[in-house]
Amino acid sequence: MVQWTDFERATIKDIFSKIDSAVVGPAALSRCLIVYPWTQRYFGSFGNLYNAEAIKSNPKVAAHGQVVLAGLEKAVKNMDDIKTTYKDLSVLHSEKLHVDPDNFNLLSDCLSIVVASQMGEAFTADVQAAFQKFLAVVVASLRKQYH
Amino acid sequence: MSLSAKDKDVVKAFWAKVAPKADDIGQDALSRMLVVYPQTKTYFAHWKDLSPGSAPVKKHGATVMGGVADAVGKIDDLTAGLLDLSELHAFTLRVDPANFKILAHNILVVFATKYPNDFTPEVHMAVDKFLAALARALAEKYR
Repeated sequence: MVQWTDFERATIKDIFSKIDSAVVGPAALSRCLIVYPWTQRYFGSFGNLYNAEAIKSNPKVAAHGQVVLAGLEKAVKNMDDIKTTYKDLSVLHSEKLHVDPDNFNLLSDCLSIVVASQMGEAFTADVQAAFQKFLAVVVASLRKQYH
Repeated sequence: MSLSAKDKDVVKAFWAKVAPKADDIGQDALSRMLVVYPQTKTYFAHWKDLSPGSAPVKKHGATVMGGVADAVGKIDDLTAGLLDLSELHAFTLRVDPANFKILAHNILVVFATKYPNDFTPEVHMAVDKFLAALARALAEKYR
């Protein structure tokens, strides 16, 4: 089981209460599709992803960004057992969506960058460490049901 | 994934903006790396103080960013331009190249905290590519 320090718990809850979820989800996903263009392979049905401008203004990307962030908020509410909370999501990503789990790290990096830009100097090294630990647990839980 | 002419222009323009704070950026990125990826501390066991903002971290952050600045100037041929640095890292420092990616990530995070409006996805991509190319040039002499 993952051990969270008091600081880590408080920091994660604080981050998610401070960030604008309507902005962060879409920003992180669109950044991922722009910075790592091969990730577009999973979004063939999303229409125009031909350039950065198209991706940033694509409504399906924005909507899906919100879906992703809602998933993260569920993990925040269940920090002591993200593995169980994400069991079905893991099966979905493996069996139905066939997502290479290495992509989870790419989106994680983009989430860190976007949250860093929202929080500025408040995103200290210790806050970054807590946030990245949280994302690592999320990623490990999403990988759990792959076989 | 080599750098296109556009990538190089984007990198040079962004570097011009951030260069005045290069030392700060270097210190911040190095501090973050040591805190967020504690295994990287193994390369600095000879320092008395590894805490963020300490004297050795400040000094070394500036050194590292000096290297990045140098690389921006040699962006048209990083392999040739960084040969000496590559030999240093390969034969003397023997830093596992996986750590270049870790430090690059922390440099990007610092850019995001300090320049949220300038560090757009397009700039992020070009700078990420550049740091990856820099890392490859640094690893050139390893084996």
